[in-house]
Amino acid sequence: MPKDGIGASVKRKEDYRFITGQGAYTDDIDRPGQAWAVFVRSPHAHARIASVDTGAAAAMPGVVKILTGADYAADGLGGLPCGWQVTGKDGPMVEPPHPPLAADRVRHVGDQVAVVIANSAAEARDAAEAVAVEYEPLAAAASIDAALSPGAPQVHDEAPGNLCYDWELGDKADVDGAFAGAHHVTRIELVNNRLVPNAMEPRAAVAEYDRATREYTLYTTSQNPHVIRLLMGAFVLQLPEHRLRVVAPDVGGGFGSKIFHYAEEAILTWAAGKVARPIKWTAERAESFVTDAHGRDHVTVAELALDADGRFLGLKVDTKANMGAYLSTFAPCVPTYLYATLLAGQYTTPKIWCGVQAVFTHTVPVDAYRGAGRPEATFVVERIVETAAHEMGIDPAELRRRNFVPSDAFPYQTPVALVYDSGDYEGTLAAALADADYDGFAARRAEAESRGKLRGIGLSAYIEACGIAPSAVVGSLGARAGLYECGEVRVHPTGSVTFFTGTHSHGQGHETTFAQIIAERLGVDIDAVEVVHGDTSKIPFGMGTYGSRSLAVGGSALARALDKVETKAKRIAAHLMEASEADIEFADGQFTVAGTDRSVGFGDVALTAYVPHNYPIEELEPGLDETAYYDPANFTFPAGCHVCEVEIDPDTGAVEIVNFAASDDFGNVINPMIVEGQVHGGIVQGVGQALLEGCVYGDDGQLATGSYMDYTMPRADDVPSFTVSTRTTPCPHNPLGAKGCGEAGAIAAPAAVMNAVHDALGSRGVSRIDMPATPARVWQALNA
Amino acid sequence: MHDFTYHAAGSVADAAAKAAAGEDAVLMAGGMTLLPTLKQRLAQPSDVVDLGGVAELRGIRVEGGAVTVGAMTVHDAVENSSEVAAAIPALAALAGHIGDPQVRNRGTIGGSIANNDPAADYPAALVGLGATVCTDRREIAADDFFTGMFETALEEGEIVTSVRFPAPQAAAYMKFPNPASRYAIVGVFVARTAGGVRVAVTGAAGCVYRETAMEAALEGNFSAAALDGMTASADDLNEDIHASAEYRAHLVGVMARRAVAACG
Ligand SMILES: Cc1cc2nc3c(=O)[nH]c(=O)nc-3n(C[C@H](O)[C@H](O)[C@H](O)COP(=O)(O)OP(=O)(O)OC[C@H]3O[C@@H](n4cnc5c(N)ncnc54)[C@H](O)[C@@H]3O)c2cc1C
Repeated sequence: MPKDGIGASVKRKEDYRFITGQGAYTDDIDRPGQAWAVFVRSPHAHARIASVDTGAAAAMPGVVKILTGADYAADGLGGLPCGWQVTGKDGPMVEPPHPPLAADRVRHVGDQVAVVIANSAAEARDAAEAVAVEYEPLAAAASIDAALSPGAPQVHDEAPGNLCYDWELGDKADVDGAFAGAHHVTRIELVNNRLVPNAMEPRAAVAEYDRATREYTLYTTSQNPHVIRLLMGAFVLQLPEHRLRVVAPDVGGGFGSKIFHYAEEAILTWAAGKVARPIKWTAERAESFVTDAHGRDHVTVAELALDADGRFLGLKVDTKANMGAYLSTFAPCVPTYLYATLLAGQYTTPKIWCGVQAVFTHTVPVDAYRGAGRPEATFVVERIVETAAHEMGIDPAELRRRNFVPSDAFPYQTPVALVYDSGDYEGTLAAALADADYDGFAARRAEAESRGKLRGIGLSAYIEACGIAPSAVVGSLGARAGLYECGEVRVHPTGSVTFFTGTHSHGQGHETTFAQIIAERLGVDIDAVEVVHGDTSKIPFGMGTYGSRSLAVGGSALARALDKVETKAKRIAAHLMEASEADIEFADGQFTVAGTDRSVGFGDVALTAYVPHNYPIEELEPGLDETAYYDPANFTFPAGCHVCEVEIDPDTGAVEIVNFAASDDFGNVINPMIVEGQVHGGIVQGVGQALLEGCVYGDDGQLATGSYMDYTMPRADDVPSFTVSTRTTPCPHNPLGAKGCGEAGAIAAPAAVMNAVHDALGSRGVSRIDMPATPARVWQALNA
Repeated sequence: MHDFTYHAAGSVADAAAKAAAGEDAVLMAGGMTLLPTLKQRLAQPSDVVDLGGVAELRGIRVEGGAVTVGAMTVHDAVENSSEVAAAIPALAALAGHIGDPQVRNRGTIGGSIANNDPAADYPAALVGLGATVCTDRREIAADDFFTGMFETALEEGEIVTSVRFPAPQAAAYMKFPNPASRYAIVGVFVARTAGGVRVAVTGAAGCVYRETAMEAALEGNFSAAALDGMTASADDLNEDIHASAEYRAHLVGVMARRAVAACG
C-alpha cells in the first residue's frame, strides 16, 4: 500500500491554501466592470405590498439599475422550484408559487422585494435604503401552533389551514392493534428546535453575462452547482445549459444550507443579463439569519408499546413540521422520507406508524440541515427508548440490547420501507459503553452529589440512511431527479492525474480523500493527483454533496472510473510488452506479465496512451481518460452509539458536558483523521442543538435571535475532549465498502445529551425539558 | 456605514477640541461598540475622533493604595498586569472574562464605562470598589457616574481620562454569562472596603446598582451564609429570551454568595 493510500491519516492537501489565506471563495472573485447588488427586504413577517417607489433611489449616485417583483413578473420567468413532491393522504402537497422577488405579498422577515445594483456596495446600500416600499402589514402565523389554530392568518391562499400536506407511513390500525396487547406504553412529547445553519462563509454570488458568447456565468456558494444550473436554467430563467456555467469555488461550510436554489442566484443572473455587467452580492450576517433556509422545527408526540420483557411491539409518531413561508428545494422530503423511514432505529420494532403534517408559517423556509430528518428521527426514537427504560426500571443499555437488530439479520427489512445493509449494533454499543466507563457511573454520580451537583448519563444508538440515493427508490418516493454521481479520471501523459468529481467539498476534505483512493489504486504519488470540483464547465455532471454521499456515491463513481482506467491501461501495457491482455497484472503502479519479470510502469503506459510512435490505433483508442456514473443500489446505513455524561449545577441550571464517547460504524474508512474531524464537528453541532441553539420568533414573526448576541453558537469551551472510535462493518453494495460519516455526530449527539440531562434531572422530578436545555430552562424546570 | 470625517487626536485637549468642532462628533476608543453601530447604520456621526494615538490615556499606575487605569487601557492589559493582580486581583480576573481575546485587545475601560451597557462587567467593578472616574473636566464618584441604561453622568464632549480604584481588603466578581453574547446575565462584585461592604450588580437591571440589603447583611457577618435565602427583588429586573426576572433575581443571590466565598 502506498503511504498515502486508503486508511492513512494524510494531512489535508487543501489546508495549505486555506490556512495561508489563499482560498478563493465567491466573495474573493472580482470581475472586470463589476457592480454590486443589495436586496431590499421585508421588515414584516406578513404584509401586502401596496407600492414600491424606486424613483428617488434610482437618482442616487452610482445606481445602475433597480429591479422589483413587478419587473420580474413582467419578464414572465419562473418561480423557485421544489425538487421533491410528497403525496399526502389527500393527494399531492400544496406547492404555492415562490417568486424570487415578491410582487404583491411578503411572507417572512427578509423576503426580498427589490434589488439595487450600483457601482459600489456602499452606493447600492445607500440607494436600497431610499427604495420606498409601502407595506400594509397583516397578521402573521409565526409558529406551527399559530398556523394550525382556527382562523390563523393564511400564508398562501392555495393552502387552506396552512397545510402543505398531511402524510402518513404505515397502517395505523395495525399499529393500534399492537398497542392493544402492550404491557407498557411510554408516551413523550417533544420539540425539535429550529436551528439557524450559520456556515462560516455567508452566501454570496457573482453573476456575469458575456454579450459576445451569450454565455451566463454564476459563481455561487453552493454544495451542488450542477443542480443549481439545472433548476435555475431550466425552471426559473429558462436559459440553455450550454450557455450557463455555474461555479461553486471554495465554499466555507454548508451544512445543507447551501444545497438549495436561492432567489439571489436567479435574480443576480437575470439582472446581469439586463445590465451586461458582472454583479456581486454577499450576504451580511444579519441577512443570513433571515434568508438561509433554517433547519428542524418539529413538534412531535410519540408512543412506544412494550411487552413485559421490554420488547418493542409498536411505535406511533405524530409530527408537525414547519416548512416556513415557501417550499425550499428539498423541504418536503425532510420530515417524511428522510425522517419516518428511520423510525425503526437500530431496533426490531415490528410495527410503526408515522403521521406528518407539514405547515406553512410566516418564517424563513426550513429545509435540510446536517442530518436532515435523521436527527429528528433519532431524537424521537432514542428519547422514547431511554424514557421507556427508566419507566420500566430496565437499564437503558440492556433495553436497547434486547431490541437490537442482531448482527446476523442483515440485510434487514424494516417496517418503514428501508432495508439496512449491514451493522453491528451490539459492537458499537459495547465499545461506547467501555469508553464512557458506563459501569463506573454510579460512583461518579455519588461523588458529584457530594459536591451538590446533579450528574446524568445518556445514550444514543442512532442509525442514518446515507449515500443519497438509489435513484429508482427516491424516484418512486417523489424525487424529481435521480441521484447519481459522476466522476472523470483524466490521466495525463506523464502519469499525473486529475479527478473531476460531481460532488463538492465545502470543508469535507475531498481533495485529499479522493486523491488517496487514486494513489492507492494507480500507485501514483498523492501529490501527482489533483481533484477538481464545483464547475459545470469542467465536470460532466454532478448532484453535489449532502446526505454523506460524497464517498459512498461519488467515491464509488471514482472507483468505477478507475476500473475503466485500469482495464484500458492493461491493454496498452499488453501492447507495449507484446503480451496477452489477460496475462497483465497491475500492482503498486507496475504492469507485469504474469509469471515473468517483464514489467512496465504506469507512467510509461500513460505516455504511450497519448504520444505513441507505434500504437494499434485500429484496436485501441489513444488517451487515458475515463468517466463513470454510479447509482447506488441502496442507501448506506452508518450507525453507532454515543454516550454523554453531564453535570448540572442546580443553583444556576448550567449544564456541563463532562464526558462524551462515540463509537461509529462508517463502513470502510479512507482517512481516519478526516473522519474524526467530521465526528467532532458533528457532535459539536449536536451539542449546539441540545444545549445552546434556539431560534426564537416572536408572535409577530420577528426573529428574536437574529445575531450572535442572541443566537448561541457552540464554542470550543462548551464541549470536552471527545473519545471517538470506529468499528467497521463494510457496506456490502458499493465498491469502497464505505457508508459515510458527515452527519453522524449531529444525528446522534442531541439525544445523547438530552438523555443525560433528563437522567440528571430525573431525581428532582423533572420529566420533560426541551432543547435547547439552557441554564434558564433547566433552572425553571427545577423550580417549577 | 455612512460617511464621516475621521480625526486622529494627539492629546486629550486635541481630542476635546476636535470633538467640539464637529457638528455631531463621537469619540472612538477601540471601536468595539462604536464600529458595529456605524456599520449597521444605527448612528450617523459627522466626525469620528480617534483616541487611539493619545498616549496619556493609556497605562496602569499603582500609588497610595489605589490603582489608576487610563481610559484607553485595553482589557487585556488590565488582565495581565502584575500590579493589578497584586493590588486588586478581582479586577484583573474581571477584565479577563470580558468577551474574547480580540475584544480584550481592542476594548477599553473608558469605552466600556462611557457606553454603560447594562450587561457590561466593568460598571460592577467601579461601583463595587467605590472607584472614581476622572475626566478632562472633573472627578465623578462611580455611584454617581452610571445613571441609567446606556446613560452616564458624562456631559457633551466630556472625555474619560482614567478610573481610580481604591484597593479593597478583599473583593471578588462572579459572572453568570449570557450563553450567546457572554456579557453578564448577572454579575455581582462584592468588596470589603475601608468604607464598608459593597455589593454591585450588573446585568440584572437596566443599570448597575447596589444590593443594599445584602451589604447590610454582610456588614455584620461577612460570610456566604449571611446571604442564605437572599435574592434580589425581581421587580424592575430585566426579562428577555435568555432569562426571566425571577431567574435573574435568584442568580443575584447565587453569584453574591459565590463572590463572598471567593473573597476568602
Ligand atoms: C464580541 C464582543 C463581546 C463583548 N463582551 C463583553 C463582555 O463580556 N463584557 C463586557 O463588559 N463588555 C463586552 N464587550 C464590550 C467591550 O468590552 C468594549 O469595552 C466595549 O464594546 C467598548 O468598546 P471600546 O472600548 O472599543 O469603545 P468604543 O466602541 O470605541 O466606544 C464606545 C462608546 O464610548 C465612547 N467613548 C470611548 N472612549 C471614551 C472616553 N475616553 N471618554 C468618553 N467617551 C468615550 C464612544 O464615543 C462610544 O460612544 C464586548 C464587545 C464585543 C464586540
